[in-house]
Amino acid sequence: MNIMSVSLFVLFVGMVLVLSFYFARRTRSASGYFAAGGNIHWSVNGIAFAGDYLSAASFLGICGMIATVGYDGFLYSIGYLAGWIVALFVVAEPMKRLGKYTFTDALDSRFNSKGIQLAAAISTLIVSIFYLIPQMVGAGVLVTPLLGLPHAAGVLIVGVIVIIIVATAGMTSTTYVQFLKGALLVVFSTILTVIVCNRGMTTRPDQGGAVPFYDYAVIDAADRGGELMPSDPAWRVLGSVEHAGNVFVKLFRDDKIMWCRKESGKQPGSVVLREIQAVVSRTDGTVLINGLPASPDNQLRQVGNLDAIQGKTGPQADTGPVGPFKFLNILSDPKTVIRTWKSDKFEDGPDQVTVYYPTTTTGNRIMRPGMKFKVEGTPIQRLDFISLMLALFLGTSALPHILIRYYTVPSAACARKSTIVAIAAIGFFYILTMYMGFGAMVNSVVNPADNNMSAPLLAKSFGTFLFSMISAIAFATVLGTVSGLIVAASGAVAHDIMDRFARINMNEKQKVYAGKMAAFAVGIIAIILGIIFKGVNVSFLVGLAFAVAASANLPSIIMLLFWKKTTAKGIVASITTGIVLSVGIIALSPTMYDLYGLDPKTAPIPFSNPGIFSIPASFLALIIVSLMTSKPSATLREVPK
Amino acid sequence: MLHEPAAKTGKDLAMGYKTRIGVRMFLLYAIIYVGFVTLNLIRPVLMEKTVLIGLNLAAVYGFGLIVLALALALIYNHLCTAMEKKLNKTTSAGRKGGNR
Repeated sequence: MNIMSVSLFVLFVGMVLVLSFYFARRTRSASGYFAAGGNIHWSVNGIAFAGDYLSAASFLGICGMIATVGYDGFLYSIGYLAGWIVALFVVAEPMKRLGKYTFTDALDSRFNSKGIQLAAAISTLIVSIFYLIPQMVGAGVLVTPLLGLPHAAGVLIVGVIVIIIVATAGMTSTTYVQFLKGALLVVFSTILTVIVCNRGMTTRPDQGGAVPFYDYAVIDAADRGGELMPSDPAWRVLGSVEHAGNVFVKLFRDDKIMWCRKESGKQPGSVVLREIQAVVSRTDGTVLINGLPASPDNQLRQVGNLDAIQGKTGPQADTGPVGPFKFLNILSDPKTVIRTWKSDKFEDGPDQVTVYYPTTTTGNRIMRPGMKFKVEGTPIQRLDFISLMLALFLGTSALPHILIRYYTVPSAACARKSTIVAIAAIGFFYILTMYMGFGAMVNSVVNPADNNMSAPLLAKSFGTFLFSMISAIAFATVLGTVSGLIVAASGAVAHDIMDRFARINMNEKQKVYAGKMAAFAVGIIAIILGIIFKGVNVSFLVGLAFAVAASANLPSIIMLLFWKKTTAKGIVASITTGIVLSVGIIALSPTMYDLYGLDPKTAPIPFSNPGIFSIPASFLALIIVSLMTSKPSATLREVPK
Repeated sequence: MLHEPAAKTGKDLAMGYKTRIGVRMFLLYAIIYVGFVTLNLIRPVLMEKTVLIGLNLAAVYGFGLIVLALALALIYNHLCTAMEKKLNKTTSAGRKGGNR
């Protein structure tokens, strides 16, 4: 923990809280609480959209994914941005015209159906909670290096601050927090990108001289009928473990254990043992990192570097400052070799061992899809990729916390204009993720155990101020997005369920109070989930939230706008089908089995992205049920024009 | 009792036009997006090819999708605003529903 980090963090949090209490005095009505009175200027709303949307998933998750799997992480950027096209061309103006505070209002505008009110509110809650988890995980990830606090403390701090933001002034304070954070995020990400290009590339990155480049030991060995014999007799082999196609060897020297990976040597038939990193959890609760007890001074070394730059190695490979196009040109060169790290887990007697080992990839492979998403894999793996890209494209315009922002501007034209401002700001930011992610990949700043911190750690390699600033903005990023999500969830509970569905008679003051209580409850749930899901890539989790939103909400929105035979029961069937199928597929997917601690290969469903099945099924359910229940009275009135 | 919209706007005479061009622009973008996904699946190696100012096809197509989104958004706004001014100028909706 350093004073600058803490000071900037406290300053940011202080500003946010002052803003919240300032607007709290003006928030007396339900309209003020849930929709900021519909008085936000479109340009402010546009940047607030960016602040709302550019969540921990974008800043931490995408940069982290690019830093470890290259271009595949950028696919999230493309998909997330493309989704705004659906929002602008199809959803923005009609949603503004039809709704009042929540997306349920818009869906229900023609029907006044209790079924829609309940189903859409539940859908809002589920999507918001799916989206909340990665934000809270991101908060925990940030707080450890920033303030030296454990993950759970970070989640708790964010939870408490956000509850205060939302419970004081609802959508008004949330809007200005998001505006502030959106603007700062884009500005400082631009600065980070410029200085990354200005630093250039080297094969021995040393974080600007702050952290000397670590040379991992490579020990020649002989393989005598399965028995490994290091050429240096000072090393003693204690054992080896074969796991997932790798052989990991435990060596001992000078009272220290070192894990290595067996690799082929340069001479045919020769063997080398390459030093890797290892975390060993013992039965007595102690943890060894790279052979020594874990402590603040003994953590996993940050990784990621270039072994060769366009075929050159050593000092002559140093590029010096490069332009943005040259930066990507060098990285995509087949003669550029990039060293990234993978992990594996196994048991060594009673100890649990997690090893982190390097692999090399050429630039042309890392600058195109295929490292994470198996576009050349089995039909199932390719279907999984299509499913993800479909969900990202269709998910944005179905996210409740994004849709409610259309109610904060005064007119449909303003809704449209604010979406265009959002596309400009978000699109520009997503281009920057390419530079921040790859910048982290080649500058030895990636934490091999958790790639979520790659962008802030990249900033740290340029000095404490930038790290503190970027981390504080990243923290504000979490605050902004979580606030929006909690407003959406609070609207679903207090407005859709209590006010409209249950018809609880409340005056304006009571409606605001109900909204605040709902925000408090959702905030507590978010804190608990943020602690449970520690360590999962946040962008992956948000991808799942998109799939649920695209499956549960978008078919209803589209069909309501473009198919006159849509009925209330059809909408309820569509939402229900979308939720059940998407959540069901996710729950039974290999990824979730891994999270449960089960073998992913035993998962009953072989893919993780449900959109390709759940979105068409949701459309189909709406069409079939609407045709079955279509009566003259079911389509009550035209969509207002 | 139906739940009233937040904004009390009159009839927007340009709504039909905006919906039409919105759907067309959406379909145009969707086709290009599908092309990107398809290319990645069918010819992933093609994405490695350097095509423009030292950038490979993956970078050019990816950045292109982002830039295209903004370009189409600006064109859409220009067309919508022009039509709103033309059709709504005599209505109160036209006076109230513009910029703020």
